[in-house]
Amino acid sequence: MDGFGGTILRINLESGEIKRTPTPEDLARGWMGARGFVAKTLYDEVPRDADPLGPENLLIMAPGVMTGAFAPCGSKIGFGCISPATNGHADSNMGGMLGAEVKYAGYDMVVFERVSPEPVYLYIDDDTVELRPAGDYWGMGSLDLEKKMKEDLGEDFQIATIGPAGENGVVFSCITHDFGRQAGRCGVGAVMGSKRLKAIAVRGTKSLPVHDLPAMTKATYDIIQRTKSHPLMEPWQKYGTALFVGWANEHGCFPTKNFQTTYHEHWESISGEKLAEEVLVTHKACFGCWMNCGKYSVAKIPGKPDTYVEGPEYETIALCGGSCGMKDIHHVAYANWLCDNLGLDTMSSGNTIGFAMECFEKGIITKDDLEGHELKWGDIDDFENVVRMIADRRGIGETLSYGTKGAAERLGQNTIAFASQAKGMEFSGYDTRWYWAQLLSYCTSDIGAHHNRSWAITADVQIGQDTPKGKAPVVIYLQHIRPLFDTWCCCRLFWGELDVTPEEHVDTIRQLTGWDVTLEECMQVSEKIWNITRAHYLERNGGPGRQFDVAPARHLDEKIPSGPAEGHAVGRENFEYMLDDYYYNRGWDKQGHPTREVLEILGIPYVADNLEKIGLLGKPFEDGVPKVRGEKLKPKAM
Amino acid sequence: MRIKVTKENCTGCRLCQQICTIAHYDEINPKKAAIRIEPQFPEPGIFVPRLCVQCGKCAEACPEDAIEKIDDAYVINREKCTNCHVCVDVCPIGVMFTHADAPTPIKCDLCLKCTEVCNTGALTVISKKSAATK
Repeated sequence: MDGFGGTILRINLESGEIKRTPTPEDLARGWMGARGFVAKTLYDEVPRDADPLGPENLLIMAPGVMTGAFAPCGSKIGFGCISPATNGHADSNMGGMLGAEVKYAGYDMVVFERVSPEPVYLYIDDDTVELRPAGDYWGMGSLDLEKKMKEDLGEDFQIATIGPAGENGVVFSCITHDFGRQAGRCGVGAVMGSKRLKAIAVRGTKSLPVHDLPAMTKATYDIIQRTKSHPLMEPWQKYGTALFVGWANEHGCFPTKNFQTTYHEHWESISGEKLAEEVLVTHKACFGCWMNCGKYSVAKIPGKPDTYVEGPEYETIALCGGSCGMKDIHHVAYANWLCDNLGLDTMSSGNTIGFAMECFEKGIITKDDLEGHELKWGDIDDFENVVRMIADRRGIGETLSYGTKGAAERLGQNTIAFASQAKGMEFSGYDTRWYWAQLLSYCTSDIGAHHNRSWAITADVQIGQDTPKGKAPVVIYLQHIRPLFDTWCCCRLFWGELDVTPEEHVDTIRQLTGWDVTLEECMQVSEKIWNITRAHYLERNGGPGRQFDVAPARHLDEKIPSGPAEGHAVGRENFEYMLDDYYYNRGWDKQGHPTREVLEILGIPYVADNLEKIGLLGKPFEDGVPKVRGEKLKPKAM
Repeated sequence: MRIKVTKENCTGCRLCQQICTIAHYDEINPKKAAIRIEPQFPEPGIFVPRLCVQCGKCAEACPEDAIEKIDDAYVINREKCTNCHVCVDVCPIGVMFTHADAPTPIKCDLCLKCTEVCNTGALTVISKKSAATK
């Protein structure tokens, strides 16, 4: 099958059995890869009562249709499982070099089942697939282990690892690759650790089958030449996502001191410009990308070792930096390295530690909880102490290892009011009190509050900020277009920032696969993914669905005390208005339950049958569901 | 002309490898490329592109006279080459590459496609004259 590796691997970690099956074309075209494959496989196979950290959960690794192709950055690979943070469908993807390597080895999906009796790693060298002992690697840091495995196996191998946090089941543990690229969110690293799978090493030397190589080569070559002179190319190459630090502060959405406010007085000391001046070692690209937004850096702090890591990206700066009150780019880069080597998502870590700093400020967490240390805003030593306690799950680190929601439930004292999370997933690096569409995005997301499910910050400005009207249809459109990139596995930034159109990406898929596929068909795949993961969440967590789509009290009620967005908050009525509007425009009922009509349009009536059996199928719309679900809007580039 | 490598500018994106194999094999397969990217991570954190500098030692050593100078490049004649790998052994900087599926060793023939897609200035074309004055 053109465009694909051709084989699905199933690895039973308990028995050691390794099965190969050809990738079915109906799966490939119907779900397109990565996030789509994950959504379908998890829904169909994981028992609804499976413990996310138990043997019945699956860990899935899957590149997408564009991975490894000569396409605008076909670098991505998805990881999926049931999330220990949200108890729902989870998928998280990474760039770097791993995805292409898996595809060149001939694989479209690797499904890990059960739990290995001993620590192991997966070794793939084209057709050779083995589980190998990893006892000597267990306990090592993610980055340290990648270096070690490159030495042991050779530079040709691409490596993905977990750190101690993943081994210990911290619910926001990540999977790390390429010295600082992560499948960061949803706790995929904790699930990998629960299976005693320490690492994955892959070498692929095969050629990718392409339907019409000359056409694809010409199209991509032309896009490369056209975008080289795009006005945003140079700033992106220079600063990467950290470019956004200035914008976010000027526009009052930069999380500062656990989202207490949205303007950081010292933002210039942790900006993209400061990164480029002070810590940048080299610009670093993912596979097939000519924009190289990755920034590889070194942190130099007196009394600490020099540490090298890819980053810090915007999200890390916002959450480990702004939300923890940091004022020094070296400290942010060091925090980035700490999280990466311990195997923790920098976003949830920064958010959770900012939350803990506020608890310390309020006297809810004390020095007694911190093994004699403090937890002061902006203090890198305090940050290091607590992040190591979290990775080890020692003392208060055990409480915080559940993320802000789990920690708030354990700490009580209404700490949940200032836990910036949705469904147990911490907010990304955008405050939402003046960006209401972004709050709706966070709260309706299948995996919780992750910006990449639908990044609506500039869309909020385009629609008009102080109104709940017109937000929901745009959020739905963004929630549909974003999965395209997560299934196709090309980088969204070429669309978002460099004006490569979705239609051009679809052309690439046609050239690659020979399918007569259209953008409309792809958008329907997206909507199908969105509906099946919603159904999966409901089937695991019960109903009514509306109770799960809730916003933190801080973002609804507390007015921003300072900065450009001073005085703004969303307000409960406005949030409920947006939610009603959202459900209606999705063709879901007032409780947020998908209706049979929508599920049948999307070609998944069996999901409707399942929801009906447990009483969670949406009540039918008297006049039928909206024909067009979502309203097209291309968010302005930064 | 020749290809000038400025390793400090390389971001490790591998577009050069993709276009190289498309141009020479009608395939996408970075492992068959005539250019290799050697990442040196975690320290010092640099990508080193490695490719033929057209010194001609391979041509001198080839027992079949299968490596011919065409303009500024030494090019493997696929008709004459017996894939004996003598050239691979004599290459002083280890840039005569091999791949199990390739009918001959793999070497840069100065097609310059890689320099057309490189967006960072890591691979640029310089004329022989300016190379000589360097």
